[in-house]
Amino acid sequence: MNGGVNGVALGVFVFFFLVVTVMGFRAARWRKAADGNSLDEWGLGGRSFGTWITWFLLGGDLYTAYTFVAVPAAIYAAGASGFFAVPYTILVYPLIFTFLPRLWSVSHRHGYVTTSDFVRGRFGSRGLSLAVALTGILATMPYIALQLVGIQAVLDVMGVGGSESTNWFVKDLPLLIAFGVLAAYTYSSGLRAPALIAFVKDALIYLVIAVAIIYIPIKLGGFDAIFDKAGDALAQPNPATGKPRGELASGESAQWAYATLAFGSALALFMYPHSITATLSGKNRNVIRRNTTILPLYSLMLGFLALLGFMAIAAGIKVDNGQLAIPQLFEDMFPDWFTGVAFAAIGIGALVPAAIMSIAAANLFTRNIYKDFLKPNATAEQETKVSKLVSLLVKVGALVFVLGMDKTVAINFQLLGGIWILQTFPALVGGLFTRWFHRWALLAGWAVGMVYGTLAAYGVASPTQQHFGGSNALIPGIGETGYIGVTAFVLNVAVTVVLTVVLRAFKAPAGVDETRPEDYTADAPSAPSGKRPAGPADPDDGTAGPGAPTGGGTGGDGPGEGPGTDGGSPGGPRTDGGGTDTPDAGGSPEKEPAAMG
Amino acid sequence: MSAPPPTSARSQQIVTPARVITGLCLVAPFVAILWVDSYARIEPTLFGIPFFYWYQMLWVLISAALTVIAYRLVRREQDRNQRAGATAETAEGGEAR
Repeated sequence: MNGGVNGVALGVFVFFFLVVTVMGFRAARWRKAADGNSLDEWGLGGRSFGTWITWFLLGGDLYTAYTFVAVPAAIYAAGASGFFAVPYTILVYPLIFTFLPRLWSVSHRHGYVTTSDFVRGRFGSRGLSLAVALTGILATMPYIALQLVGIQAVLDVMGVGGSESTNWFVKDLPLLIAFGVLAAYTYSSGLRAPALIAFVKDALIYLVIAVAIIYIPIKLGGFDAIFDKAGDALAQPNPATGKPRGELASGESAQWAYATLAFGSALALFMYPHSITATLSGKNRNVIRRNTTILPLYSLMLGFLALLGFMAIAAGIKVDNGQLAIPQLFEDMFPDWFTGVAFAAIGIGALVPAAIMSIAAANLFTRNIYKDFLKPNATAEQETKVSKLVSLLVKVGALVFVLGMDKTVAINFQLLGGIWILQTFPALVGGLFTRWFHRWALLAGWAVGMVYGTLAAYGVASPTQQHFGGSNALIPGIGETGYIGVTAFVLNVAVTVVLTVVLRAFKAPAGVDETRPEDYTADAPSAPSGKRPAGPADPDDGTAGPGAPTGGGTGGDGPGEGPGTDGGSPGGPRTDGGGTDTPDAGGSPEKEPAAMG
Repeated sequence: MSAPPPTSARSQQIVTPARVITGLCLVAPFVAILWVDSYARIEPTLFGIPFFYWYQMLWVLISAALTVIAYRLVRREQDRNQRAGATAETAEGGEAR
């Protein structure tokens, strides 16, 4: 931090910020469908996005500003172990290839907007659905808060606001403005706003990384010199612990942690509500699979970005707060105007996911708490209204979080959020493939995983923190250090399996399953594409009709349940209540032809 | 994770060569990446970047290519089922609902 305000960089930053603000408000009219009142329109962009828009949206959603700041910062702090983000994103795509298309199909058939909607419909359990919804909201809130930390880091280095001003209002004003504007256009445009802004964000990010990965090594004397210097710096003992700061390649003792962190994070990523929101906005089943083949481009970029952490070490960047290492590197290396571009990329990179996350959390609240428990007969207009208001509340909450508390609190909660959200995996992904698991067993497994994960994370101390010092702890029974989330997840699955066997032996009521096996492979009614023959995309579509109606609140412990209705048998009773939510993708105009063959 | 019970002619044969290859394509990245010891070293470097880093970034590309293969195979099967389904549908049309 060089004291003064960097005028040129700030000017460029403000320019890009204004551009995306205009785009955000205009997005309301972009690809607008006839019925603007349903939650599908505001919260899922009318379920109309093709492959490329979904790609930008998911890319903007998963690779957030916090990622851009935190991943190189982790490398800057400890070397190799921070690189786990790359294997993590490698594993995500083969994983979601197997189960997300099933979730898309069943959600499309039954009008599910959230994962909890699905869990309620599949297991006929409002309790389990509530558990999934609460976990999702809890895990998302700190994530939104961390996006603010990303913007703050950039503003700090530019000399605007941040720690140098004494007056708290002046200090936080830029952040308040940025978030006020974000809240306003998310409110008015819904998911369309981040989808449109994501184009700008990604263009800027790719540009900045491409320049950084060529320009900075030239200035620092090549990668050889960078890694030589970084290796020396990492070998220096940390004064607090007496151990080396880090290493260039994972040593034997760190490998379990590296692998379990990558694996557990990959399992968790698509349990987050915001990932699912972007997924369900796709207009047909193949949008998701196609995206698993092109999203790795972001992972490659993330890999290069991570290397910036070594460049920061080699360039001798000295910051108290590791989060500032990369913004500071940019400011030291780039000419002022390009620093502005780079900071705009990070800043806008925070706005896109923050918008999607607040929409996702709002959808969860509206569908699975407001509608299921508070007002079962809410109309589509009321749902949308509540969702819009909650999206504002969520953002205010995140703001209070960041301004009112120490930053480490947000980071601790985000760490916990990852562990927590992983505990919804058995109910969601298990439920997508089999109805064998018992709903009460899933609930018990979830509870055990949550409690174990929280306690274990609480018990981790680091040189600077007594509790929540990291996400790794000793794995009981193996004697290796690994990601707490994975240990909790294994415990969760074990409890679920054992209790399912017991509950099924006692013939405990299994709940009504409103889905049918063919729902999981169904596609959008018509997906005209140049290469494929026109007609129903799935053999069953012609008979079921587009958007089979689903009862909004039929998931309760109704009288029709019994051991005979589980297993997802095709002949199982359909609980077509007087559903008001009948998303009809066939009725919304297909504005964009499939982008890829 | 059991597959849903077969509902029509298309899923009578659960294990097909195409599905096995699809499965292998999707499992391979997990084996390669989670076996950290196989790549936790510095040499050989590439443009000065230690093996540990460029090898994993190479796997981003390999894994993407494998996913493309898996996608192609799944798509081919879908299209085949569609053609088969189109004929089956006319026969089943009456009894649904």
